[in-house]
Formats: sequence, structure tokens, C-alpha cells
Amino acid sequence: MPWRLLRFALNKKHPEPRMFTFHEKLKPSYDVVIIGGGGHGLSAAYYLAREHGITNVCVLEKGYIGGGNTGRNTTIIRSNYLTPEGVQFYDESVRLWQDLSEDFDLNLFYANRGHFTLAHTDSALRTMRWRAEVNKHYGVASEVVGPEVVKEAAPMIDITCAGHSPILGALYHAPGSVARHDAVAWGYGRGADQRGVEIHQQTEVLGIDVEGGKVKGVRTSKGYISTGKVLCAVAGSTPRILKMVDVKSPIYIHPLQAMVSEPVKPWLDPILVSGSLHVYISQSARGELVMGASLDPYELHGTRSTLDFVEGLTSHMLEMFPFLSNVKVMRQWAGMADMTPDFAPVMGKTPVDGFYLDSGWGTWGFKATPVCGKTMAHTIATDTAHPLITGFSLDRFRNYALTGEKGAASVGH
Amino acid sequence: MKIMTCPLNGPRPVSEFHYWGEVRPMPDPATASDDTWADYVFNRNGAPGLKKEWWCHTPSNTWFIAERDTEKDVVLKTYFYEGDQ
Repeated sequence: MPWRLLRFALNKKHPEPRMFTFHEKLKPSYDVVIIGGGGHGLSAAYYLAREHGITNVCVLEKGYIGGGNTGRNTTIIRSNYLTPEGVQFYDESVRLWQDLSEDFDLNLFYANRGHFTLAHTDSALRTMRWRAEVNKHYGVASEVVGPEVVKEAAPMIDITCAGHSPILGALYHAPGSVARHDAVAWGYGRGADQRGVEIHQQTEVLGIDVEGGKVKGVRTSKGYISTGKVLCAVAGSTPRILKMVDVKSPIYIHPLQAMVSEPVKPWLDPILVSGSLHVYISQSARGELVMGASLDPYELHGTRSTLDFVEGLTSHMLEMFPFLSNVKVMRQWAGMADMTPDFAPVMGKTPVDGFYLDSGWGTWGFKATPVCGKTMAHTIATDTAHPLITGFSLDRFRNYALTGEKGAASVGH
Repeated sequence: MKIMTCPLNGPRPVSEFHYWGEVRPMPDPATASDDTWADYVFNRNGAPGLKKEWWCHTPSNTWFIAERDTEKDVVLKTYFYEGDQ
């Protein structure tokens, strides 16, 4: 037993400080109000304080920290996207990820595993080749590999996938990683808290006051705040917030489900994704298999889970890994994904002065947490979009200039 | 929502149906401005609420309207389209 633990046994009071300071009341005004205490919102608060010296900031969270999509994703981090905008943006994110544990002095269990996107058809293989070339051009490690490389990396795989969709090759992305997702939110939250940012959990935003096209204040369940700058980082609740400021957007909400198996001995090192079979799988540090599929087929603003999802996902999973037939599913859950027509996010300034958006993060938001915080902090502090996010502005729809990020979701839509 | 009532075939499992989005009036493409057209093509009413939607019963290719609460996932009624009302 570590001796440190004795301190807890012998001490009447809890001897360690809390992760976050508890604030009884909201102040009447802040320089910046961030709606949403997930990874993205807390990361923006952290970089606002650390890099721009703006500390009179408050983060409002309806539930608890990291309880939304930050804690509901399947923790995959990669940058092998299709468009130049996407590749550069996510590459910067992967770089930030790599130093984050030291930055926070908190173990994020960042594990570099390697990421295979499997191709079962000629056309899929052609897209892989395209993605690999775009990636290589921007210095991101991506290559097309044959089925024998996949078999070597994951020896338990049935390379023919039950005989009817044989694996022809894969896009291999060596920097592909997984990390402990809630620790990311806590790390950013603690870092922001130490620098003076106030985090208010259990505080719901009820309305946003706009006067003459400018943000004036935020009405919350714990009172009124006057502020000139509001960042909306609320994932699946974006349309509700946009309604408060009367801004139209193409964002629509579909649930995305995931599940984990009971823990088993380590047997799967890389992360595997199959677009054709609608499956992605990795093994967590605890031994659980973390699995996901594609979006639910219709709009829904809730986080219910369905048996249809488990049946569909497991049947495809067994085609890839027949030996899993005896492994039990331990739990399943869902998150609300805010989807966009071009599978790229919507970030930056909006028609309302002082209202900033970090949204449209559909099924690809977790891996972007650090770079979103960094670029949004810059955008808020300087009131100009960061160069990395100019391709993601809300204006692009009105100008018919979509980004077309088909490599966005790990599973085809 | 596990069962949906098709106006032609009665109650069927929801996996037999395909969702085609909210019913929205189309502006006249010949006279609409670029902004109006972009608004129609891209923007959606993404907030939760009671919505009128296009659904299709795939095995019988039956198209119809469903009124659905997108927050509670409850279908209130389904009926055939009878022109814009």
C-alpha cells in the first residue's frame, strides 16, 4: 500500500484539494461566458487564460463536467482526413495531444496504437489512396497497406469477413491514438480553474440577450450575467442555443450510439475501422472493447439507446472477429451529434457580434478538443477567426463554398 | 419509438421505415434570390419540437407524413400527403 494513502485514513478532513473550486454564486458580469463545460468549452477557457491572459471567464455547464459528448465518444484521435483544411487542422490537434499530459501534470493515458481504416471494395481502396496522398502532402503519416499487414497487426481478424466482404487493403495511420476522455475535460478544467476561470456546474442557460446585433448578456438558472462575448460549445444542443440568438444554421441532430464489452485480456493493439461494415473497435487500457457504428437513422434530441444498434453492430463485429461470440456486451449509451451537410464543423464568428460558435462537431469532435480550444480562444480574444478555422465558418453555406470533408466520420454516412 | 403506423400497412417495426426530413415549402427556383435558395438548400430547423416529417415505408414504397415529437421520440399521427396546407 502506498504510504500516501495513510494520510487519507488518519486525516479527518480530505487532505487533497478538490479538482475545481466551487463557486457559490455567479458574478454580475464576465468578459467571456462559455456555454458548455465539456472538453471544447474548458479547453477554450484554458487557452483564453493561458495564452491571452483573459481570466474573467465563466464556464456554464447544465449538467456536470464532461458529461456530454466528451464522456460519450470512443476516444479515437487521428488526423488522416481528406481535405487540406481538415488535415492541417487535425494534425495541429494531434501535436497538441502529444504534450497534453505533461502540460496538465495529469495522466491522460494517451496511447499511440496505430489506426487502420479497412477497405472491402475497389472504390473504398481508391478513396484510401486519395486520402493517403493528401495526408503525405501535408506531412501526416498515412499509407495504403495490403491485407497481410492488417492480419499481422490484428491476428485474430477473419480477413475474408465471413467470406462475403474480404479486406482488400487499408489506410494505415501510425499516429492514431486513444486517450482517457473524461481526464481531458478535467485537465483543461483544472488548468483553467487554477488560472482564475470560474466553472459553474448545474447552471443552465435559459436565454441570451442580443441588442442591436450585439450580445449583451446571458440569462441562466442561477441569475443574469452581463457580458459582451459568448462562446457556444454545446455539441448536440447547438440548435437550441442558436434559436436564442435567432441565427439559422444547417446543423441537425442525430444520436450516435456506442458500447463496450466486458473486459478481456489484451489482444487488440491497433484501432480498426470498417466503413462498409459500419464498425469501429479498439481495446481500452482496462481491456474493454470500445465499439461504435454509424449514426442513428433519424433526427432525435435524446440519448436513448436501442437493441437494433447492438444487434447490427455485433453481427458485423462477428464477421470480423468470430471468436468474440462468447464475449458479453457490458453497457451501451448514446450522444447527440450535431451534423452538418459537408461533415466539417461550424466554427468562428456569427452574424451576432460577440457570439462565437464551436459547433457542428458531429461524430468527430473529441480528437479536435485541444485545437478547438486554442483556435476559439484566439478568435474570441482578437475577434478575428484563427487562420486554421477560416474554412469552417458559418458563411460558407450562404456562399455555396462547402468544405466536403468525406474523411470526417470514421464510419460512412 | 419501435413501432410506426404506416397509413397503408398499419403498425410495422421502425426498421422498415426511412426518414426523409422535415416537410419544407420550396421557394420558386426561377425567382428565388441566391440567399433564399441557400437558406432552403442548407439551413434546417434543428431545434427539438413537434415536427411534420416525410417518412417512407421502404418495402411498399409508401410515402407519408408523420407528426413526431423529436425530443420524446413519440409519433403523434401519420397520414398521406394531401398538398401543402
